[in-house]
Amino acid sequence: MNGGKPSGKPGGRPRSRRVLPGFGLTLGVTLGYLGVLVLIPLGALFLKASGMGWAEFLKAAGSPRAMASYRVTFGSALLAASVNAVMGTLMAWVLVRYRFPGRRVLDALVDFPFALPTAVGGLTLANLFAAKGWLGRWLEPMGWKVAYAPAGIVVALVFIGLPFVVRSLQPVLEDIDHEVEEAAATLGAGRLRTFGQVILPTLLPSILTGFSLALARAIGEYGSVIFIAPKESEIASQLIWYRLEEYDYAGAMAIAVVMLVASFALLAGVNLAERWASRFQR
Amino acid sequence: MSARLTRRGGSGAAAKPRRGSEDPAWVRWLLVGVCLAFAGVFLVLPLINVFGQALARGWRASVGSLAHPDTLEAFKLTAWVTAICVPVNTAFGVAAAWLVARFEFRGKALLVTLIDLPFSVSPVVTGMLFVLLFGLRGYLGAWLDARDIQVIFATPGIVLATLFVTVPFVARELIPVMQAQGSDAEQAALTLGASGWQAFWHVTLPSIKWGLLYGVILCHARAVGEFGAVAVVSGRVSGVTDTVPLRIEKLDNEYNPVAAFTLAALLALLALVTLGIKTWLEHRQQGELARAQAPMEASDEH
Amino acid sequence: MSIELKDVSKRFGPVAAVDRVSFQVGDGELVALLGPSGGGKTTVLRMIAGLEEPTEGDILVRGQRVNDVPVQRRNIGFVFQGYALFKTMSVADNIAFGLKIKKWPSAEREARVEELLRLFGLEGLGRRFPHQLSGGQRQRVAIARALAPRPSVLLLDEPFGAVDAKIRQELRDWLVRMHDELSVTTVFVTHDQEEAMEVASRIVIFSRGRLEQVGAPRVVYEEPANEFVARFIGVLNVLELRVEGGVARLNELTFPAHGVAEGQGLRIGFRPYAVQVSRNPREHRYRATLRHVYFLGVLMRLELATPSGLVVRSRITKDEFTRLGLAEGDEVSFHVREYRVLARDGDGLGPEVSAVHHAGTLGEGI
Repeated sequence: MNGGKPSGKPGGRPRSRRVLPGFGLTLGVTLGYLGVLVLIPLGALFLKASGMGWAEFLKAAGSPRAMASYRVTFGSALLAASVNAVMGTLMAWVLVRYRFPGRRVLDALVDFPFALPTAVGGLTLANLFAAKGWLGRWLEPMGWKVAYAPAGIVVALVFIGLPFVVRSLQPVLEDIDHEVEEAAATLGAGRLRTFGQVILPTLLPSILTGFSLALARAIGEYGSVIFIAPKESEIASQLIWYRLEEYDYAGAMAIAVVMLVASFALLAGVNLAERWASRFQR
Repeated sequence: MSARLTRRGGSGAAAKPRRGSEDPAWVRWLLVGVCLAFAGVFLVLPLINVFGQALARGWRASVGSLAHPDTLEAFKLTAWVTAICVPVNTAFGVAAAWLVARFEFRGKALLVTLIDLPFSVSPVVTGMLFVLLFGLRGYLGAWLDARDIQVIFATPGIVLATLFVTVPFVARELIPVMQAQGSDAEQAALTLGASGWQAFWHVTLPSIKWGLLYGVILCHARAVGEFGAVAVVSGRVSGVTDTVPLRIEKLDNEYNPVAAFTLAALLALLALVTLGIKTWLEHRQQGELARAQAPMEASDEH
Repeated sequence: MSIELKDVSKRFGPVAAVDRVSFQVGDGELVALLGPSGGGKTTVLRMIAGLEEPTEGDILVRGQRVNDVPVQRRNIGFVFQGYALFKTMSVADNIAFGLKIKKWPSAEREARVEELLRLFGLEGLGRRFPHQLSGGQRQRVAIARALAPRPSVLLLDEPFGAVDAKIRQELRDWLVRMHDELSVTTVFVTHDQEEAMEVASRIVIFSRGRLEQVGAPRVVYEEPANEFVARFIGVLNVLELRVEGGVARLNELTFPAHGVAEGQGLRIGFRPYAVQVSRNPREHRYRATLRHVYFLGVLMRLELATPSGLVVRSRITKDEFTRLGLAEGDEVSFHVREYRVLARDGDGLGPEVSAVHHAGTLGEGI
């Protein structure tokens, strides 16, 4: 008996909720604030960029150096988000399904990259993987150079993207009904088959959501990367930074527009993935 | 690491063997082992390393390194920026959550996307947006310059960039909480004669306080730690427009690892405190939820 | 009149949730708004409270038009379906909330809270929080909170919906007793016809936003205004007949044609209690097999199957059942003592007001 919970009708009948006051006030505050802080600056960028003309835009956004920076940015971000998708799924599974010593500490620590300023993350990772660092001193003799090498960028991005997949997945895993798995077992499915054909399809949308979030974050990341990135390969954010330092605003804007469009496309992708994920939950 | 590895069955309820959904012991051990190794490299070692490097030359060197006037100024600036940004975005978050969770209107989905937008803008691009608007060559640059108002390479620019970056945190935490609670309690307050403000203060606010605090904590952590956006608008003037994270990078570039890591360790400590409060808040919320949803076993009907 | 609705409509976009509804509630009455879910009854209740604005029409409380009076100043007590207790406040604070808003002096406030706790059997629970209460206690807190500021009207939305079946009965009795004691004008919404019949002194029946009938429980049961009401209130045997050779017929069951032309259809309905059953297979008009007996407490429900396979439900008391000595599988006979014409082909089989036809006519008509 579901005695305590209000069995109200969420979204059942159409209901005008305007009986609660504050619509005008909160609408005004929200739109005004977002308008001034977010929309006007973004609009100004696109307005200014649109004044450049295609040829100039393509020259700035498509220069060899810019292209190289996209390759580094998107390549490292994709790689890091993929690592996060696999390891995040594994961590979420272990955290939700198993009990082991240190589980709660690990659960709390997953959010550490969220809470830690990215500069601190970059600083300590660079130090850790440097030739004299605690990990670097073992890895470099084996020929694995991480700090001040392209691999370092991926390591930094894995670090900052770590929480996304785990946190997207945990609630879904907790919600999975044991009875579904037991049903699969009674129908003769082995564990691996149950995971592959029953559990994984339920998790996939959330893995995708987490992956996209980690990817979006990785594409824009700057603070941690600059500590560990090698001189010879730069990410797009770094290139924007250099262009700004050279007062080459047009060059900076062109790359920024490319980055923004990529981020918005990803954001739309996340929304679609979330809608897709909830299609069985109506 | 030799303790038992038990399957988690239900929440504390009699741990019935769930054979149909149980993994073999070797699988469990393997997966847990891989996870702990990964977490060790990516979470635990970096954390320990921060403190290890900070104290590499002993306590005294670390504490002494903090006394540099530029470092003290960096602390002051970060404190100021945080003190402005967190309350402003908290107020915004509450207003936005009330709007989104309590009313139906056209364009709501678009508005929610707009609230999330700053999450997906690269920090360097964020900083650039404000340079384009307020910088000397920006849209408002000449106008501001004529009136001797400096936004870019000054505190106002840092505040704006930080505000932009921390816009979504409080709203994002509150919207689902308020949506889940529904508006019946507020309507009940209205039928009892309460005004909108009274309903908000006496009914809404007490019931969202943990979610609100959670959002504030996350907003605070990000406001303190923001690097890229602030770096672009600050101009990096030592002792004037360097926040603590910027100061860390500068010290690192000056080959002063002890000072850099000591500052980093302070921020890491702050992050740990944030995590602690966050875990505590989650615990509280879960406890409240469990109690609210628990079947009323004690049915003492008279 | 305590509450009066005049041609009230509520539209959500193109959908009319409430369509030109008018009725009145007298001082001190206990009235049920009854109907299937989605029938518009909750919307009506919310409009009376001021939680919803009517699109058209007037709502009057004690003769005053209140359409433009905000919910805060309507002086109503509203009990929400899920109770909407303030979970961060104790029971006493919940009950005192309305009094604090209305700035009662604290001594009077405390006295009133104490009085209500006593009246509602909640002594000693004042310091508990809503999550520490049982479902029935929560409901009583919700009602006490609504009544605390002495509202002129008490409105309850599905008051028994959220409690389990066992205590529902207790709560019904308790609501009636409370109403008798306080005699505050009370309107409640329910989708359960049994509940409405048992608790209310008058019932307002809705379906799809329209008002179907207003009347005392006995009236709506015995003289339903139309087919919807007849079918919704209580159990009804419904037969689709066709007029052949001057009588309306379905297999072996026949009824008078009631002026319906040859070849046209006719729908009639009769209550299970109007079906008289005899052990003697020849005593009544129709023969049947007693297929199932359902034990309902003091009443027994019999399921009769005619030779052609029609199923007719009858309801008799346990005493009569014992007297007749019936058992499942018996050959019996039955006849229909009274019935009503629900619809005729000529009317497009729409709902229609009908008169009761007694068995006497039935016998003679054939």
